[in-house]
Amino acid sequence: MEIRKVDDNIWEIPRDGAMRVAARIYSSARLLEQAKGDLTLTQARNVACLPGIQRMSYVMPDAHQGYGFPIGGVAAFDLGDGIISPGGVGYDINCGVRMLRTDFHDADITAKRKELLAEIFKDVPAGVGKGGVTKLSRGVLKEILVKGAAWAVENGYGTGEDLERTEEGGRMAEADASGLSERALERGLPQLGTLGAGNHFLEFQKVQEIYDPVAAKAFGLDDVGQVTVMIHCGSRGLGHQVATDFIEQMENAQGTAGLPDRELVNAPFKSELGQRYYRSMCAAVNYAFANRQMIAHWVRDVFARVLGSARGMRQVYDVCHNVAKVESHVVGGAEKRLCVHRKGATRSFGPGRPEIPPAYRGVGQPVIIPGSMGTASYILVGTKEAEELSFGSTAHGAGRAMSRHEALKRFRGEQIRDDLARQGIELRSTSWKGVAEEAAGAYKDVDEVVRVSHAVGLGRLVARVVPVGVMKG
Amino acid sequence: MRWFGSPSGLARDGPPGRLGYNGAMPRYEILPHPADGKFRAYGPTLAEAFANAALATASLMWDWTTVQPRIAVSVRVSGQDREQLLVKFLNELVYLFETRDLVLAAAEDVRIATRDGAWTLEAVFRGDDLAAGYEVYGLVKAATYNEMEIAENGGFVLQVVVDM
Repeated sequence: MEIRKVDDNIWEIPRDGAMRVAARIYSSARLLEQAKGDLTLTQARNVACLPGIQRMSYVMPDAHQGYGFPIGGVAAFDLGDGIISPGGVGYDINCGVRMLRTDFHDADITAKRKELLAEIFKDVPAGVGKGGVTKLSRGVLKEILVKGAAWAVENGYGTGEDLERTEEGGRMAEADASGLSERALERGLPQLGTLGAGNHFLEFQKVQEIYDPVAAKAFGLDDVGQVTVMIHCGSRGLGHQVATDFIEQMENAQGTAGLPDRELVNAPFKSELGQRYYRSMCAAVNYAFANRQMIAHWVRDVFARVLGSARGMRQVYDVCHNVAKVESHVVGGAEKRLCVHRKGATRSFGPGRPEIPPAYRGVGQPVIIPGSMGTASYILVGTKEAEELSFGSTAHGAGRAMSRHEALKRFRGEQIRDDLARQGIELRSTSWKGVAEEAAGAYKDVDEVVRVSHAVGLGRLVARVVPVGVMKG
Repeated sequence: MRWFGSPSGLARDGPPGRLGYNGAMPRYEILPHPADGKFRAYGPTLAEAFANAALATASLMWDWTTVQPRIAVSVRVSGQDREQLLVKFLNELVYLFETRDLVLAAAEDVRIATRDGAWTLEAVFRGDDLAAGYEVYGLVKAATYNEMEIAENGGFVLQVVVDM
């Protein structure tokens, strides 16, 4: 496969054969070598062959092999002759990250670290199996699918300001619950307000370094040592079922002949099936927003209980990592409405975009990039250049570098817990084996991922936070 | 439309029978995968290979060898080809775990039939209630078609990647 260097940290696979456009990879030489070790680049080429693709098939610095589309893949399609693909969104629809800032300083919580984590562990269900805490009716679930985080706020979980500081205001308006199967609803009913397992986590952290004081100030990040909270989870079994259902429906409708990977199955965006998937996906997105809204509320409750107040616990932002959205972008000099697929990628809009809340419109959108378990996470700010470079997108995390199986052989959860404890980081989980699978050593270097993002201009560094207490589902 | 590379990443022009079956094979093998769960399940018949694929999937979430087969649940799935049948069969396991807390110990009485191009499968899942105290160390979100291979060569080999 020909890979041409365009510039520092920018590489291209030229258009060839069935590719309708070139593929472009934003990566350091070292991260690119890792990506070459799996099917990432082949998958990026396959995406470049899909009907209606605009500009290029983009690959973010943290990319690794996915299903059909790579994880860390961004592709936008014409609304008229382009497609929408469940494989371009992923199984965990609106897997994403929410960040809260607080007025607490590291010193305020040092003595209460263990208690805070124990209480969070008690109040926020991991939700393995059906053990959620909310007993929902189907009617209420359908309301949540339409209203998203707004339903949670109406029901006492959080504030209107949280909604303003959530991508899409915490609700995709095109959502329609009628396309969801009985199974999707059944999986969704017991799991609302649960974290899930795998790479999902809840952390309280402290700000370790501020790179851009102006943007940091705008995001409510004032000082080194300031305590923050990060919640990483998605739409749980409901979203997984929506993806599964529509992959099957699209296969049955279109067949799979000619697809190099059945997970690339798709439907024309404007077709009845394409629209039904889009509206169902929006419903799953809303479920995930409501999920994170409820969890954030419980975390505030725990802080209030353990520390005596939820001082200044305002939401910084909530971003989607797996989503397809209709957005305006400039293609060939003209503004166009496109269906932008971000699979394991974060929207990274620069100043002035109407989608950004007024409080941030002057500086740009907060971009939240979680690191692997027990390591640093980053807050970046979206840029104008990103709109030209990647339809306003950047990385979403560290990206795995080692298989779960291998991690399980190499690491022990209890050992990781003890090592982190020596660094002053508390860790709790429902499973030590699960902790071993998520060992930081099994992930790419998140520092290098954000460095590439900053250097290329996909998203600029604002602050680095490090964990103090970690709950892994 | 011409696509690039081998979609599965497996060398298609490798030695014949690379995915062949022999009686000495284990029920399944977990394979390296950068992010998710990948395995090959083996069986002298398609039905046995399917049953072993269910165990391989379960092994990514809990230790099925320790699970008491106290509960039996009948499952029935259909598909337009063997691949779809396999995805739906494995997703049944995920669905029953999430909605009924069924922790699988074995897939028994697997019967696979094909008629007029459509495939159906009937089986009995045996296992236990999660509340009995099993450690769940991973969650499979869904079975996928990524890198899926169904090879028939003196028996059956099923290669599957599940999203985790």
